[in-house]
Amino acid sequence: MRDQVSKKQGCNLTPGETVIGRWHGNRYRVIRELGRGATGTVYLVSSEKGQAALKAGSDAMSITSEVNVLQHFSKVQGEHLGPSLFDVDDFTAADGTYPFYVMEYIEGEEVIPFVQKRGVEWSGILAVQLLGDLDRLHQAGWIFGDLKPENLLVTGPPYRVRWFDVGGTTRSGRAIKEFTEFFDRGYWGLGGRKADPSYDLFAVAMILINSAFPARFERREKDNLSLLLKKTAERPALKQFAPVIRRALTGKYKEAMEMRKDLMDRIGTGSPRRERKAAQPQTGVPAAPVIPATRKAHRKVRKTLRKTPSGIVETLLVAAFLLLGYGLYLFVQIM
Amino acid sequence: MSKGTLRQVLLLTDGCSNAGEDPTAIAALAKEHGITVNVIGIMEESRNGSQGLKEVEEIALSGGGVSQIVYARQLSQTVQMVTRKAMTQTIQGVVNKELQQILGEDHELEDLAPAKRGQVVEVVDDLGETMDLEVVILVDTSASMTDKLPMVQEALVDLSVSLRSRTGGNRFALYSFPGRRRDVEKQLGWTPELDSLAGVFKKLTPGGLTPTGPALQEALRIFRNRMNTSEDRWDERSGLEETGM
Ligand SMILES: Nc1ncnc2c1ncn2[C@@H]1O[C@H](COP(=O)(O)OP(=O)(O)OP(=O)(O)O)[C@@H](O)[C@H]1O
Repeated sequence: MRDQVSKKQGCNLTPGETVIGRWHGNRYRVIRELGRGATGTVYLVSSEKGQAALKAGSDAMSITSEVNVLQHFSKVQGEHLGPSLFDVDDFTAADGTYPFYVMEYIEGEEVIPFVQKRGVEWSGILAVQLLGDLDRLHQAGWIFGDLKPENLLVTGPPYRVRWFDVGGTTRSGRAIKEFTEFFDRGYWGLGGRKADPSYDLFAVAMILINSAFPARFERREKDNLSLLLKKTAERPALKQFAPVIRRALTGKYKEAMEMRKDLMDRIGTGSPRRERKAAQPQTGVPAAPVIPATRKAHRKVRKTLRKTPSGIVETLLVAAFLLLGYGLYLFVQIM
Repeated sequence: MSKGTLRQVLLLTDGCSNAGEDPTAIAALAKEHGITVNVIGIMEESRNGSQGLKEVEEIALSGGGVSQIVYARQLSQTVQMVTRKAMTQTIQGVVNKELQQILGEDHELEDLAPAKRGQVVEVVDDLGETMDLEVVILVDTSASMTDKLPMVQEALVDLSVSLRSRTGGNRFALYSFPGRRRDVEKQLGWTPELDSLAGVFKKLTPGGLTPTGPALQEALRIFRNRMNTSEDRWDERSGLEETGM
């Protein structure tokens, strides 16, 4: 659908093909396609310096716009705020010249399947990590904009959430460049689209909600705040964060760190769920609490569920490991 | 480069025009006046009328704008994306022309070294954020659109939310076609916000003809009137005066 907007179709590179930059002369061998988006196609490539992700498109404008953002990040970078940028160039193919950039390859798993597989307690922890990164981004004067599970990957172990796709990243105070309805406060009638930290924090709350409602849902004509709060109350895993979610949805948090602290307090004080799990580990079968509410849940979810271990011994073992890992993780996080 | 005003027509329709002038021709004329014509084709979930879709693309093409076919349910996001994309495209066109004057003919963004492109894109971004924007919205209210109108209304309010978040000013005017007595009917005069849309489409009596060409003609007239009377007189007052409703 979205493709009809662009002038020409994106380029098509096949595995094994080599791309040579017109300006800098660097060579990249295509290993495989990683994914396609509105602005271009991303490939896993190998170069002299190792593996990397190469994004090629046909529109120099949008490619350059993303490069600009990535460049700003490397300026404020302490550790990783989005993938690091390695190279910017053009290559010539039979049907024309394509602008591209090369960035760090982020190897990881998508957030929702990860949470489904490992246990819903991870959604809170990943959110805490995300909020730490967002805070640094906000301090640097940028708002992520198009924050959603599809733009996040969990790398590791040790597990850590990372983002890519900076197409929506907007300077603070301007109009959000790109957004996705479910995560957009404007869509829910709960605020405007001027880029400020609370815009991203709203999206974080929606990511939490999304992790308990993988199939998502649509807005109503009015009174959407009560709809979202009702949904939050429906799932035990969300209910524990209800006050935090409410504050984020109503724009009460002005800084990522405030929300991060509240979230950590909630995870730290021992929710009922965690106690129950410690007492009877067999109820802690991974993914069991998050069986999708509707059949519409995407295919990946179902695939993950099928992998649920069947034997009780296996179950206990997995639960025990999970608990151990989780405990350690929590410890590290809170320290 | 002086900060000017971007002028766009946003046409929302679900199919073929069947009355009056060829809309493609009027779109081409609009382009000559520096007005971009963007078209959103709203499709029925069940069927796909490829004829209507082709016209959607052609109008936008000759109007120098952006077109997009979409199901009614996805309208909100699309309306805002098309508007934004068209703004960038127009500004980029202007900046490209300036570039050509500096670098010589046949030179575009792609001919600059990647390191230099960044600055050009920043300029385009800045202008998109700060330039004033005037949009005449034309909504097809022929019979087949009846059940899509609530979604159209929602999408337009949403567009207003997006554009209001910019630093630059916005003015909208809303017209529907066919009108009760004439081809085109005014729903809202120039206004800075579209919050007041509730009920606008309820008054409509969807009818049979789809005079897309005449509707575009009218949009062009509205713009030309405004350009003549309020030339360089963009301020809050002129907006308020005309809003008075
Ligand atoms: N740095 C990276 N490391 C690993 N995978 C990546 C990286 N960047 C992008 N990808 C993969 O490529 C896919 C498309 O990339 P991306 O989302 O950036 O494209 P886009 O054109 O911005 O898409 P969208 O339509 O979401 O805006 C992603 O879904 C992701 O799986």
